[in-house]
Amino acid sequence: MSNRWKLITKGLVKDNPTFVLVLGMCPTLGTTTSAINGMGMGVATMCVLILSNIVISAVARFIPDKVRIPSYIVIISAFVTIVQLLMQAYLPSLYETLGLFIPLIVVNCIVLGRAEAFANKNGVIDSACDGLGIGLGFTLSLTVVGLVREILGSGSAFGWKFMAPDGMLLFVLAPGAFIVLGYLMVLFRKLTTK
Amino acid sequence: MEYILIIISAVFVNNILLSQFLGVCPFLGVSKKVSTALGMSAAVTFVMALATCVTYLLQYYVLVPLGVEYLQTVCFILVIAGLVQMVEIIIKKISPSLYQALGIFLPLITTNCAVLGVALMVVQKQFSFGGEAHMLNLGQSVVFAIASAIGFGLAIILFAGIREQLEISKVPKAFQGVPIALITAGIMAMAFMGFSGMV
Repeated sequence: MSNRWKLITKGLVKDNPTFVLVLGMCPTLGTTTSAINGMGMGVATMCVLILSNIVISAVARFIPDKVRIPSYIVIISAFVTIVQLLMQAYLPSLYETLGLFIPLIVVNCIVLGRAEAFANKNGVIDSACDGLGIGLGFTLSLTVVGLVREILGSGSAFGWKFMAPDGMLLFVLAPGAFIVLGYLMVLFRKLTTK
Repeated sequence: MEYILIIISAVFVNNILLSQFLGVCPFLGVSKKVSTALGMSAAVTFVMALATCVTYLLQYYVLVPLGVEYLQTVCFILVIAGLVQMVEIIIKKISPSLYQALGIFLPLITTNCAVLGVALMVVQKQFSFGGEAHMLNLGQSVVFAIASAIGFGLAIILFAGIREQLEISKVPKAFQGVPIALITAGIMAMAFMGFSGMV
């Protein structure tokens, strides 16, 4: 039990996909214009990650080694399509803002990376925990990046406006994404390495 | 005229890397030296043009007539993965010297989200270049893909030049590696913002 708990919590700090492993940079930069958008993207990726980890760990022994990468990609893209259709039906406004980045979960290195590094060697439940842990870490970091950009750029947090002026628009635009992520990474390193 | 506008728009104004955030992983990964950046951008241009052409035909001659547009993501990624493999084999046979130069970059391109991103963009989004918004036709799509790849190449080569300088300058310990690269990219993106509103 403690082992599984460790699998879930390691994604938050020790193996944080964004700040430590530096994977999945495109959605991290592209979708974090606000805290809610970042969180939506993180949750969508987490769903795909957990489901694909479960299926891949269950079928990995039947897949010949040579065709394993294409097979994993097909499994992952099937789940991405499911998530995409569900979001289109039930969360149309979020789907509209995230746009292209939802189908692009297929090529997110985190998902394929976990399949290759963890799910094909471990059991179903362990793989689900691993997907949950890494997914939570990704969601958390996207939310933090989104929150910082939203506070600086539009003077609000989770859609709640607390500052009368609009803030610095630069942080909502493209350059702000790179700069905020760079400085947050520095902060994360300072806090975790003593 | 429209082709020129497509090219200017894709290379400078809506640069795929610095304003759309597609292909950031290779941007940070292979931009340590100008020569590798050059090889990567050549390989991306080649694959992106080919992939967009094939996926465009697939979308309008197979998926739409059969009414299975929701299989788009699955089909496109399979086509791109297959195409990359095929290009690798053909280049290896025809020109070993080119293979030497591009070889190691080709497998990386499958997971470059810029390729899938552009392929999806041309069949999903409407573009307006001066006139009314409309879907791109095949020729325009391929030009758009090549121009996007050139924009990618321009950004990654410029960035590699800056990074070569960064290597020999003193950077605080916590900033070393990715963080300083991201901040540099942010300043570059700011410079590219100067082009906005041109098209």
